[in-house]
Amino acid sequence: MNARLGIAITLALGFAGLCAAGAVAANASTSARTSPGPHASVQHGRYLVRAGDCMACHTASNGAPYAGGRAVPTPFGTIYSTNITPDPDTGIGRWDGDDFYRAMHQGIARDGHRLYPAFPYPWFTKLSRDDVRDIKAYLDTRAPVRQRDIAPKLPWPLSMRSAMAAWDAMYFDAGSYQANPEKPAQWNRGAYLVRGVGHCSACHGDKNFAGAVDADHPLGGGFAEHVFAPALTGGKRDGLGQWSEQDIVDYLGTGRNAITTAAGPMAEVVSQSTRYLSEPDLRAIAVYLKSLPAPPQDDVADADAAVMRRGAALYLDNCEGCHLRGGTGETGAFPRLRDSSAIQAEQPDTLIATILRGDAVPATDADPTGLAMPAFGQRLDDGDIAALTTYIRQAWGNRAGAVSSKDVKDLREKLHRNPN
Amino acid sequence: MARRERPVDVVLVGFGWTAAIIAQELTDAGVQVLALERGEFRDTVPDFATDTIQDELRYAVRKQIFESPERETLTFRNSADQTALPMRHLGSFLPAAGVGGAGVHWNGQCWRFLPQDFEIRTHTEQRYGRKFIPESMNLQDWGVTYDELEPHYDRFEYLCGVSGIAGNIGGVKQPGGNPFEGARKRGYPLPPLKRSASTVLFDKAAREAGFDPFPCPAANASKPYRNPLGVQMGQCTYCGYCEWFGCGNYSKASPQTTILPVLLKKDNFSYRTRCNVTRVNTDNTGKRATGVTYVDVDGNEVEQPAGMVVLCAFAQHNVHLLLLSKIGTPYDPTTGRGVVGRNYAYQITSSVDVFQKEILNPFMGAGALGQGVDNFNGDNFDHGPLGFIGGGYIALWNTGGRPILQHYLPEDAPTWGSGWKKAMHDNYLTATSIATHGSVMSYRSNYLDLDPTWRDEYGNPLLRLTFDYQPNEHAMSDFLTDQATKIAQAIPGATHHVKKRDGHYSIVPYQTTHNTGGAAMGADPTTSVVNRYLQSWDVPNLFVMGASVFPQNAGYNPTGTVGALTYWAAEAMKRYLKNPGPLVTA
Amino acid sequence: MSMRDSERGKHGHGDSPLRTSRRTFLKSVVAATPALGLLGCGSHHGAAQAWAPVYFTPEEAAFIDAATQRLIPADDLGGGANEAGITAFIDLQLAGAYGRAERWYMQGPWPRGIDQQGFQLKYTPAQIYRDAIGRMEAHCRQQHGKPFAQLDPARQDDLLHALENGKVDLGEIPAKTFFTMLWQNTQEGYLADPAYSGNRDFAGWKLIGFPGPRYNYVEDIENFGKPYEAPFVSLVGRDPSAYLRGES
Repeated sequence: MNARLGIAITLALGFAGLCAAGAVAANASTSARTSPGPHASVQHGRYLVRAGDCMACHTASNGAPYAGGRAVPTPFGTIYSTNITPDPDTGIGRWDGDDFYRAMHQGIARDGHRLYPAFPYPWFTKLSRDDVRDIKAYLDTRAPVRQRDIAPKLPWPLSMRSAMAAWDAMYFDAGSYQANPEKPAQWNRGAYLVRGVGHCSACHGDKNFAGAVDADHPLGGGFAEHVFAPALTGGKRDGLGQWSEQDIVDYLGTGRNAITTAAGPMAEVVSQSTRYLSEPDLRAIAVYLKSLPAPPQDDVADADAAVMRRGAALYLDNCEGCHLRGGTGETGAFPRLRDSSAIQAEQPDTLIATILRGDAVPATDADPTGLAMPAFGQRLDDGDIAALTTYIRQAWGNRAGAVSSKDVKDLREKLHRNPN
Repeated sequence: MARRERPVDVVLVGFGWTAAIIAQELTDAGVQVLALERGEFRDTVPDFATDTIQDELRYAVRKQIFESPERETLTFRNSADQTALPMRHLGSFLPAAGVGGAGVHWNGQCWRFLPQDFEIRTHTEQRYGRKFIPESMNLQDWGVTYDELEPHYDRFEYLCGVSGIAGNIGGVKQPGGNPFEGARKRGYPLPPLKRSASTVLFDKAAREAGFDPFPCPAANASKPYRNPLGVQMGQCTYCGYCEWFGCGNYSKASPQTTILPVLLKKDNFSYRTRCNVTRVNTDNTGKRATGVTYVDVDGNEVEQPAGMVVLCAFAQHNVHLLLLSKIGTPYDPTTGRGVVGRNYAYQITSSVDVFQKEILNPFMGAGALGQGVDNFNGDNFDHGPLGFIGGGYIALWNTGGRPILQHYLPEDAPTWGSGWKKAMHDNYLTATSIATHGSVMSYRSNYLDLDPTWRDEYGNPLLRLTFDYQPNEHAMSDFLTDQATKIAQAIPGATHHVKKRDGHYSIVPYQTTHNTGGAAMGADPTTSVVNRYLQSWDVPNLFVMGASVFPQNAGYNPTGTVGALTYWAAEAMKRYLKNPGPLVTA
Repeated sequence: MSMRDSERGKHGHGDSPLRTSRRTFLKSVVAATPALGLLGCGSHHGAAQAWAPVYFTPEEAAFIDAATQRLIPADDLGGGANEAGITAFIDLQLAGAYGRAERWYMQGPWPRGIDQQGFQLKYTPAQIYRDAIGRMEAHCRQQHGKPFAQLDPARQDDLLHALENGKVDLGEIPAKTFFTMLWQNTQEGYLADPAYSGNRDFAGWKLIGFPGPRYNYVEDIENFGKPYEAPFVSLVGRDPSAYLRGES
């Protein structure tokens, strides 16, 4: 009974989201329909495909949309995204609704082979059947592209798909989202989006040796390729503890809030995905995230005084032009560094990468400027960047771990090998 | 045989301030616009990044941020009895190359002209009589009034995020602002920049001297600012590398920091760099422009057809193009007839260096961080007893303290040796300078035409500049310098060194890049090249932007007025495009 | 009609002549000198490397050493031109784009003009220095039997004043023109960023109190009358000499 209730709630929420997005002419509360017509289904599917940012993996750079072929590096090797255009031979043109649902819900392709969880089926399993149907309806309208999938480059025995059966058995539980009846509809909607189509903990979750997200501490922060995606739980230092709901809504909707701007991969996530979410959906996500408790904070050792002095000098000489004295940043223009959860993330990789390569705020219609930070990787050496990042992470009340020259050197090399 | 491109609705020559404004306005109205820029693309990151831009030797001394005379120059002489010679080094003025134009390397000093400036002939005759105007002076009304331009000044100021205090809102004087300025509808978008030690010194002394100082209006943002297009600027951090440098933290108004983020995303706008326009083409009637010809980066000649052509290059470059394209009657100084090249003007400046003991830290500065007095600008004072026309502001600008070029030494300092070292040591942190910034009228003998001898790399004759300061300008400038001296004298414990502008105009020392005229606007086609809407009298689908259209120059930096005229002209262009034809019947 | 791709302005940031990475910055100054080497990120030379002239002959370098040391002498206010590395600065400038007059209009003909028309010589700065130094030395040998560098300082000063006042015959190149150029470049060598090999250890900036390129004075500008205390800094950090030697 609860499952059906859950699905019904989800359907209703789905429609509510749809109406709020203004994408559909038919209003669920007054329509006689119990399922959307084909046009509405496609529009809703488009919304969900954007929410899931399918484009990010299923389109190679300079490639045809959704035709796959993008290399997705994993700690185990490289997997290439597949062709999900409706091409009958090389895409999913022959897949019917059940085939597609099985892939999304169980991670099993039409011909029965298991998919690698680089395709986030452990999250998409949460999607309702209707949402999956709408996603397929949208994908069916994409231009078919004839492009064969590239075989993954994984070492044996991981190259054997049957190895995935064991992985699924240990780490995967198929199942649609079950609404929590003690929580309001808005919270459940947020949970559904975050844990389902949003697949946030695919990056923001700590992963075990097998690449599975720690189910007990999802969203505690994790690596996404070489970037550290910070915790989205309630920690004041390195989580969302200092963010208001509005801060979350603004960040996902525009790439910037009063505290910071989206950098690195998140810049792309905002500009390709979350900025298309409706206001109620953004708010639901914010409500859900803000409900996550703060984990216990680890003690952080004081950095070496000489390193702090060196870092302070580098900050004065290199960073103050935009981030000003005291790491205050400029509201609306350049991110604040003091009391910043991004700066105090458990792992400093994002911070180091930003200093090495520079970055730019995503340009959107709401904020077209695309303010940029230059790359400092050629100007500052590994020791400089270690001192500078250590300083930033421990100055002005910030409290996060020191950074070593080796950390910087390793990341510099990693970025050099994988410029994406 | 030139390659021919697909036609566009509107082609713009150049991609600086005026092109960016016109492009933004016309594309919003659904028009398809192409800008052709002879220089390269430039943007804040990486080209003006904070960690590399503060390089005085490279950008200011070796002048790598400007156009190089190697690629484009002109010939110069003071008077027609001399032979004009090429300007082989940059000196007196510093034209730009590259997207953003001089809008990248200006200081951001952003003024409005006075209401009387636009009707200077009528006003002077009324107040002082016709005989007050020298025979040789081509004093002309603009054909447009300050009131007509007021909303467009406002638009440009809000686009740029100008920092200042209004002095006159709706006819009511406002404390703290310029009491002489023309009435405006509302205040500036941002409050004034912070004051520096030197501007505070000037403020006290100017009041002592009986004048009315105020913070100079600055297109350097005093706070982070989001302009009406939704483009975000940062706040100025007083880095002291404004003029002759690009801004590294988005706080100086330029096309890049105010318009391009929005413009470059539009489907109906495109631009090409490294394309040097050499001709505006007309049909066989000579009355309709058919487009332009340019030379691309590979040296190929390309024909770009267009329904309308707008000249948006730097002031004298627009005139050069008109002359090469044989549009309009070239000015003949012997007969006084013809209009293209007529009424070239400039700016006349002088200074009073001040030596005192308080540490001023001049290297903390901004391009338009200044305190000024306008008591002697325009016709704000009685010229009757003085016998000259024009005026200017007097200001202490604290733009920076860049060591090679921005230091002041007493008159008796040895030019080199230990005495020079001592003078540098004793004065760098504590010396400053009061500047005067005066108008230049137009004269029969000052003009632009084509040089008979020197050519550019395409075989086109170079532009020839014939210009000298006239007795009127010297008298006015000396008067301004005397007033500046009074202010210097009112600084306690200070000595000063008066540096009047003496003798002939020289192209060697830097003065300003305020070249004006050559394609004057006006109501009378016998003395102007464009009408009051900046539309060519001869070729209705050709418009000319920039300071090229000033009939004479006023006592203020020109960019604010250039911006206002561009918005004014954009409105007229939209009307033109709906209903092509002359917008004014002469 | 959509105006994309080929019509849309295309630009690579490598296009811009203004952007220099640290590595190419040094390249542009150093030209192809093996003496200083090409410093790139991750390249660290163990031994200190001294500058050796790229453009000047040893005799010309000796002349410039001596002349600039009179223009900016060592005294109680600190070291002089030689201590500041000004000869290295001028040498590297003359070996580069400035020396070759790359940005000047250098087409003929070459009539002389009036002062107001500015520089009208057909010689590049590199040529001017070579020619003028040669003639100066010839003049010194003829008048005093020794090269400039071996004259006593008072005699050297007299000669520099004579140059400054146009009282020495340098053939086609007016003495004042050479002197103005030499003095201008000497000042540049004293006051330009140390990344360019002059202003060694901030000699010129220490004399006057200019701290170097910093981008934020928001909190400092209203501290009227107070000295600014932060350490000196250059485009290549706080230890430019170490940087130029490849040690940082």
